[in-house]
Amino acid sequence: MSHLLEVKNLDVKFDTDEGRITAVENISLSVDQGEVLGIVGESGSGKSVTAKSIMKLNPGNTSYNEDAEIILDNENVLQFTSKQDLKKIRGGKVSMIFQEPMASFAPAIKIGAQMVEQLLIHKNINKEEAKSISINMLKRVGIADAEKRFNQYAFELSGGMRQRAMIAMALSTMPKLLLADEPTTALDVTIQAQVINLIKDIIKEYQMGVIFITHDLGVIAQVADHVAVMYLGSVVEKGPVNEILKNPKHPYTKGLLQALPDINNLDAPLSPIPGNIPSPLDRPTGCVFRTRCPHHNPEGKDGKIEMKLIEVEPGHWVDQCGIQCGQNG
Amino acid sequence: MDDNLISVNNVSVNFDYQENFISKKQKIHAVNNINIKIKKGSFFGLVGESGSGKTTLGRAILGANKISSGNVIFHDDERDYDLTDMNKQDLKEYRKKAQLIFQDPYAALSPRMTVRDIIAEPLEVMKITNSRQETDERVRDIASKCRLNIEHLRRFPHAFSGGQRQRISIARALVSNPKFIVADESVAALDVSIQADILNLLKQLQTELNLTYLFISHDLSVVAHVCDVVAVMYLGHIVEMGPSRELFKNPKHSYTKALLSSIPSIDPEKRSEAIELKGEIPSALNPPPGCVFRTRCPNPGVDCKGGEIKMGLIEVEPGHWVDQCCAL
Ligand SMILES: Nc1ncnc2c1ncn2[C@@H]1O[C@H](COP(=O)(O)OP(=O)(O)OP(=O)(O)O)[C@@H](O)[C@H]1O
Ligand SMILES: Nc1ncnc2c1ncn2[C@@H]1O[C@H](COP(=O)(O)OP(=O)(O)OP(=O)(O)O)[C@@H](O)[C@H]1O
Ligand code: SF4
Ligand code: SF4
Ligand SMILES: [Mg+2]
Ligand SMILES: [Mg+2]
Repeated sequence: MSHLLEVKNLDVKFDTDEGRITAVENISLSVDQGEVLGIVGESGSGKSVTAKSIMKLNPGNTSYNEDAEIILDNENVLQFTSKQDLKKIRGGKVSMIFQEPMASFAPAIKIGAQMVEQLLIHKNINKEEAKSISINMLKRVGIADAEKRFNQYAFELSGGMRQRAMIAMALSTMPKLLLADEPTTALDVTIQAQVINLIKDIIKEYQMGVIFITHDLGVIAQVADHVAVMYLGSVVEKGPVNEILKNPKHPYTKGLLQALPDINNLDAPLSPIPGNIPSPLDRPTGCVFRTRCPHHNPEGKDGKIEMKLIEVEPGHWVDQCGIQCGQNG
Repeated sequence: MDDNLISVNNVSVNFDYQENFISKKQKIHAVNNINIKIKKGSFFGLVGESGSGKTTLGRAILGANKISSGNVIFHDDERDYDLTDMNKQDLKEYRKKAQLIFQDPYAALSPRMTVRDIIAEPLEVMKITNSRQETDERVRDIASKCRLNIEHLRRFPHAFSGGQRQRISIARALVSNPKFIVADESVAALDVSIQADILNLLKQLQTELNLTYLFISHDLSVVAHVCDVVAVMYLGHIVEMGPSRELFKNPKHSYTKALLSSIPSIDPEKRSEAIELKGEIPSALNPPPGCVFRTRCPNPGVDCKGGEIKMGLIEVEPGHWVDQCCAL
């Protein structure tokens, strides 16, 4: 069976005044129907840029590499240029829950009107039906007084309500692929649990595929089937969720897990990964993590080892330097 | 001497809601009759249900939201500021002393300004410094405290990662030398490593600069680690408040218990042991009488259901306050 989504060898670069920024380098990922792929990683590591590429939503200064492919439902999205085609991936087959909910609602149009409009564009239904689907969705994401909130503007809602309205809008069209970029970050944990259950129900019901970007490793443990860990534009480790969280191999993944504040041990200091992330303007050659890696393999440190994922357990891939450096322990 | 920096006295904040031009005006009860005292040097945590009024309360304390009733007093060394009774001059003074760290480090920074100009802007707008040289000194000083180096100051924000941008936001909030900071979900967008780094920085700056924080967050593990006092909000009310260790170890209110049980476990094999909240989510337009949580409370007392019990905090242990019905 072919995958619902397959991203192959994707590079994303941005031209800026200060030069060319490599935001994503040589990424390959896949998502099946009914599957949740979690993406975690450093701030600025290219998670949002990767997701936006799938809808071709990156701005004009973006360039993709010639040999990259983003295959959705057997079509290469990167080749899409016509309005017709783009409509298919923007709100049709694919919906995105954006990281900044404020930015994704037009400020002067009521929430409800925006939801209805989106449904009318992509579904063959009338206004009344669209309204009832929208209000029903708002209720399902836990918004009290959905009928009234339907009539409000984005700025009148709390941060978490805006985020839920965004989720309701993205789910209402029942896309084949949902791109959820930090969808529960602004929610309290009880509503977060409710929204996660809702997303899971809908995945089951409609066999939707999901890319779930979050820095919350607890949320990852609860929703994801597979996980990809990103650092400075590269996937440094990927595999089944259990493997990644319980048997991490890459020093960056291990560092992330160690930085997690433990609610059962409040005396433990918070321990960030030492060092600073290099600027995307001067990405290290070879292993991207080598400037902060606690291990001291001279070749890895000098950047002589190329980045390349190797399968260490069935389905569990780790960047090869970690293995060559022989410092997995 | 008063060791409180801020006293919030019976504060309510309402917003108007109107369906359309002809229908009658209703009120959204965003914040209801809240009383808190924030001690000097405290890391005061505010957690709770999304939409329960945390941001509204934080903004009210900053003088950025109107206060419908009650008052907020800021006890400065020389004088008190009553936020419901301030003239323009007072407000200007107050703005230097109380600052907000924005939630979103990407949106908050203007892409066309250099980092130096972004950090310097509050000094220039509030006319705090008298010369470019003085401004530069202040900027450099705070930047280095926030671990940004001089070379960073010449760059534009897009060259920075989320964590570095958040440090820029923090430097900007601190440059006017405030005493009080509202941090509204300030680390929410950051990965856990950078988050730990920023939290350590906030703690360190707190001692160095004598700061008091109101820290609004959904991340209970983070709150448990950094805050000394925590208040839990639900539908405009504080339902429980106390020293953070005590509150996390020994929660009394049913909502707090449900909240703590919902923290997602990092173990994929342990999916959900959360106390599920059923029942209708009440509305801020029309809050239920009596205990605001009773429509969803998993184990209400006999008296709770009828809504006869009034809301009000009772001290169950020194400094640990719980809404009275749950406390009994
Ligand atoms: N339009 C753009 N022009 C220039 N650089 C950009 C642009 N958009 C993103 N970048 C850069 O690309 C890199 C990746 O950004 P991205 O938003 O994907 O990070 P992220 O992994 O989503 O981080 P976060 O967790 O903080 O959201 C960053 O260095 C960012 O500054
Ligand atoms: N400008 C406004 N106009 C109308 N209603 C508002 C406005 N600002 C906030 N509200 C309402 O006040 C209530 C409290 O909102 P607030 O933003 O304070 O919640 P919050 O606790 O910060 O929630 P979150 O955790 O989701 O950010 C909500 O019902 C919200 O819709
Ligand atoms: S490849 Fe080598 S330098 Fe890079 S993270 Fe692994 S062990 Fe460290
Ligand atoms: S006061 Fe009663 S209804 Fe309200 S939370 Fe406590 S037990 Fe439940
Ligand atoms: Mg992002
Ligand atoms: Mg808020």
